[in-house]
Order: sequence, then C-alpha cells, then structure tokens
Amino acid sequence: MSASRNVPLLEVRDLVVNFYTRGGVVQASRGVSFQVDYGQTLGIVGESGSGKSVAVQAVMGLISTPGRIEGGDILFQGRSLLDQAGKKFVREVRGKDISMIFQDPMTSLNPVFTIGTQITEVLRHHMGMTRDQARRRAMDLLGLVDINAPEKRLKQYPYEMSGGMRQRVMIAMALACEPQLIIADEPTTALDVTIQAQILELLTDLQQRLQVSVILITHDLGVVAQLCHRVAVMYAGRIVEVGDADQVFASPVHPYTKGLIRATPRLDVVTERMVSIDGVPPDLISPPRGCAFSPRCDQAKKDCLRAQALTPLGDDRHVSCWCAIKGDTR
Amino acid sequence: MGRFIYRRLIHGLIVIMGVTIIVFVVTRMVGDPVQVMLPLESTLEQRAAFEKKLGLDRPIHIQFVDFMANIVRLDFGESLWQKRPAMDIVFEKLPMTILLTAVGIGFACVVAIPMGIIAALRPGGVVDRITVFVSLLGLSVPQFWLGLLFIVLFAVQFKILPTSGAATPAHIIMPALTMGLPTLARLVMLVRSSMIDELNQQYVKTSFAKGLPFVRVVGIHALRNAGLPIMTLVGWEVIRSLAGYSVVVETVFAWPGIGLTAIQAIERDDLILIQAIVFTAAVCVVVINIFMDFVYKLIDPRLKLT
Ligand SMILES: Nc1ncnc2c1ncn2[C@@H]1O[C@H](COP(=O)(O)OP(=O)(O)OP(=O)(O)O)[C@@H](O)[C@H]1O
Ligand code: SF4
Ligand SMILES: [Mg+2]
Repeated sequence: MSASRNVPLLEVRDLVVNFYTRGGVVQASRGVSFQVDYGQTLGIVGESGSGKSVAVQAVMGLISTPGRIEGGDILFQGRSLLDQAGKKFVREVRGKDISMIFQDPMTSLNPVFTIGTQITEVLRHHMGMTRDQARRRAMDLLGLVDINAPEKRLKQYPYEMSGGMRQRVMIAMALACEPQLIIADEPTTALDVTIQAQILELLTDLQQRLQVSVILITHDLGVVAQLCHRVAVMYAGRIVEVGDADQVFASPVHPYTKGLIRATPRLDVVTERMVSIDGVPPDLISPPRGCAFSPRCDQAKKDCLRAQALTPLGDDRHVSCWCAIKGDTR
Repeated sequence: MGRFIYRRLIHGLIVIMGVTIIVFVVTRMVGDPVQVMLPLESTLEQRAAFEKKLGLDRPIHIQFVDFMANIVRLDFGESLWQKRPAMDIVFEKLPMTILLTAVGIGFACVVAIPMGIIAALRPGGVVDRITVFVSLLGLSVPQFWLGLLFIVLFAVQFKILPTSGAATPAHIIMPALTMGLPTLARLVMLVRSSMIDELNQQYVKTSFAKGLPFVRVVGIHALRNAGLPIMTLVGWEVIRSLAGYSVVVETVFAWPGIGLTAIQAIERDDLILIQAIVFTAAVCVVVINIFMDFVYKLIDPRLKLT
C-alpha cells in the first residue's frame, strides 16, 4: 500500500516550533522527536502547556502566525512534510492520509453546515467523489461509528446533536478517506465520563479493525496504559521519556514520569494519598537551562544544568535525564 | 414557516398602521393644514373650498376612516404641487432611489467584503492597516462634502462625469459612489472584525485539518458564519437609504429619487405628497425587515423562524 515498511509511518525529528508573541518567544517545541509505526498507537502525555498539541499540529501543518516551525523535520512514509516539495505533499496528505480529531466536539464542527455537507466535502475534495457517491460513503461512515438513522443524521446540524454524537461525527470525518494515521488531541476531555468510555472504546475498536495508526494525546495515564502500544512523556516542549507503554508504566526512569504515575489515582491499588508533583511547569519563554525539570526534581544535581539529549536505554526506551544515563535512579 | 410569514405580516401591518396614524395626527391636528398649504393671501372662500375638497370640514373620526380607506386603495389624493395622484409620483421616483441604493450599496459590498476578508487574514499586517486607515477616513468625512468633492474633481476638474440628473448611465456613478463610500467604510470594519473572530474559531482549524482548500475554508466556512452580522449591516444600510438618508446624495446630485422629491414636497408644503412618501418609506422598511429575517434563516439554521 505504501513505501517500504522499514521506515516508520511518521517520524518527527528535532522539531522546533516558536510562537512570536508580544510577551516574548514561546518555545513550544524545543527539539521534539518521536515516531509512529504502522498500526501502532502512540500516547502522548504531559502537563498542560507542555507542547503536546503544538507538536501534532505541526504534523498537520496547522501552525500559523504567530507560530513558526524553525527546525527539525517531519517525515511521513519517509517523505518530508516541511521541505519545498513537502509544502505540496502536506496538502495532499492532510485530511486524507493523516486526519485529526479535536478536543471539543461542541466547537469543532461548523455550526451552519449540515453534518452531511461537512463529511461529504472531505470525500469530494480528496477522493473526487460525486455528490451521490460521497453521500453513500458518508452514511456508511456514520454506521461505522455507531450512529443510527444515518440518512436522517446527514441532514442535521451540529446543534441538533449531543457532544458524544458530534465526536462520533468527527471520528467518521477523520476516517472518511481511510487514513493511515489518526491524531486524536484529547478526544474525550470535553465529554461526560460515560461518553468518554464509549468514545475511547470506539476508537480502539476502529484502530484494531482498520489497522490504522493513532496518536492519542491525553491527560489520563490509565487510558494510555489500556490503549497505547507506546507512550511519549512530554515536558516543557521536549519529550523526556518514550518507550513501550507497559514497560514505561512498570518501570519509569525519568523523575517526571515517575511523578506523573505517582500522581495518577489507581483503582486497583489502594494509595495512601494522591501525590502531585511539586512546583509549576516552567515558562516556555525562558525555560530553565539544561534539564527543564531540574527546578522541580528531587534528584537534581550540577550535571542537570547541562543540556541532555534523548538517549537510548536499551529496547526502544529513550530517556533524557542525567541520572538515568548513569543508571543510578533505581 | 407559514406561521412565521403570518406573524411577520401582522407585525408589519401593525407598524404600517402606527406610522399611518402618526402621519394622520401630525398633518391634521398639529397646526392647520389649510393654513400651511394655501398662500397667505387666499380668501376665506378659497379656504372653505379647499377644506371641502380635502374633506377637512367633516368630523375628525369620519376623516380618519376615510383616510384609512383611501390608503388601503393606495389613494392619498392629488399632489397639491404637481396636480396628479401622489402615489403616481411615488411610483415614478421610488425606482430611481432603489436603483441608486442598489448600485451604491452593491458597490460597497463588492469592495468591502473581499477587502475586509483580506485584512482579517493578517490582522496588523500592511493590508489590514491600510484598510483600517481608509475606512476611518471614510467614516469621518461628511457625505455631502464627499459629493461636492467628487463634483469638483470629476466634473469640474477632469470633466469626465456629468454633475446632476439621471440622463445617462454615467450619471449614476458619482451619486452611487457618494452613497456607497460611507457604507463601504462601515462594512469593511465589520467584515474585518467578524472574520477575525471566525478565523479564530475551532471549526476553522478543523476545516484546515480536513485538507480543504484555503479559499473554501475562508470564503465558505468562515464567511457564512460571519454572514449574519454582515447581512444585518447591509440590511440596515438599505433601510436607512430608502427611509430617507438618500436625501443628501439626491439633493447634491439632483438625482430624481424619492428623497429629493420629499425635500421638494416639504418646501412646497405638499402635505398630500409627504404623506404618500412617509407611508411608502414605512412599507419599504417593513418589507426589507421581513426579507432580512428570511436571509438570516438561510445563513444560520440555528435561528428558528418564529
Ligand atoms: N497560537 C499560540 N500563540 C502563542 N502561544 C501558543 C500558541 N499555541 C500554543 N502556544 C503555547 O505553546 C505552549 C504549548 O501549548 P500546547 O497547546 O501544545 O500545550 P498542550 O501540551 O497541548 O497543553 P494542554 O494539555 O493544555 O492541551 C503553551 O505554552 C502555549 O501557551
Ligand atoms: S536531568 Fe537531573 S533534573 Fe532533570 S530529571 Fe534528570 S535528575 Fe532530574
Ligand atoms: Mg493541547
């Protein structure tokens, strides 16, 4: 179906994204690297403002003023989305091979167009379908995301639907052109708890059935543990730890990852108390020198003021922490 | 839908009735119409005859019933000045004002909408700053002054456009420009700000993420959402023009429209014609309002027709 399988589906290398705001230059991505393989689900976690959304929006080519991609590369099936030819390539790929589901289904759909129009326009644009073909495909898609009476739904406007239903529509839209990669940026955060579970179940089910790759951004480590093959932990515009989800959760290396896991309430283990990570996330206009986590890290030492790249740690685990490299964290 | 039309029509009728009653009261009961309409030196007999001709000698409630009955037949009586049915004059002049309004405001839309959109694409950019500056300039210049400026420039200096009247198609250029420019200035600011708002909405991000072409995202997705405030302003500008504001432009350029006619009727104390014009203006306002409600519903399905 595509280029040789020994290149990953998506590879982000040393991505640098800056926002030129009045208050200063916000360094939202300070050298982000990760990759997504065929049929895999990558979870991205990290505190609010750590740059998760910015990183995936860069993949979608959605960074706009005052933001600029100022370094690194994004390769989709081995082809750059950022070089000269990539500008054109990204227009073909976006919405077709890579699609995106956003956080708030209440605002993600255009209020003044019918669901039908909003789904079919993707099909007509990318697949060159006729109005009729697109309509039939749209009905199939609504069926795929468990929306009944699709014929009737196509004629409805977003305001006539509940949040969960709208998010299903967003998912249907994302699936429209049989993408290779779906990016879901906190797809359930804005929904009721019961609906959250349904939507996640639907996503997992579709991921397995269609063998599509998924990037799932979430604050819920439990969800990542359940659904994701791999996990990337972001802190202050960088990925600080990435690896097989089970392994990372079983034996986190980076102090920040440990903190995150400790701060997650678990149902299966009776914890004495919720431990949150002390301190606040750094200001991305002037992030701390060296390891950005050092002001909050209880293991910080002098070395930590020097920059530390993401270093392989065996298997496919990569961590950027001085302690981890010296192997004295456990 | 049927209920909506019905309710709107009833509302409209009430408004028109109200205006009609006010016109009646003002012309009959505030001052003496005969005094106003006849020359000072006219004799008592002349006055009596005139009163009889207009039916002003009868009891006021009879006059009112008569007046309303005539209006239903669109019969306001003969214009004192032109000695022919007032409504004939209105029907002759109104199309000229409608034409002027259509060309003037049409021109404003054609320029202001693209200009506002382009400005909104880069707030604070060069195009945006020029747009805001020009529009502020347009807003602060009085219309009659603008008209005179055009006459001095295009008619006197360059001698490329005729000054007054409506003899040829070229005659409409200057009055339409004069009418359209303040509208353009107001409209461009509104288009700009509404589009800036819309372009920051999440659904715009979704549309881009869907890979839709830029022109479709901006010109269809965002613009349709910005359409409501834009249409409101355009409708208001049309109403304003038909309800009397065209008078400035029509006077400066001697454009034979309803506004100029109204001024002339007032100068000549032609109460009959004034009544007919005021009534027509009220009907225009009501009709445009009903039409605007339909347009709203077309643009935004969330608005219920009730
Ligand atoms: N358009 C923008 N203009 C200025 N700064 C921005 C813009 N978009 C993002 N940023 C900044 O980039 C940083 C990263 O933001 P991002 O939205 O990626 O965080 P996030 O990890 O997705 O957080 P959350 O969990 O709250 O969604 C933040 O400091 C934010 O203020
Ligand atoms: S590099 Fe140092 S400061 Fe940073 S997380 Fe590791 S130990 Fe803590
Ligand atoms: Mg985010």
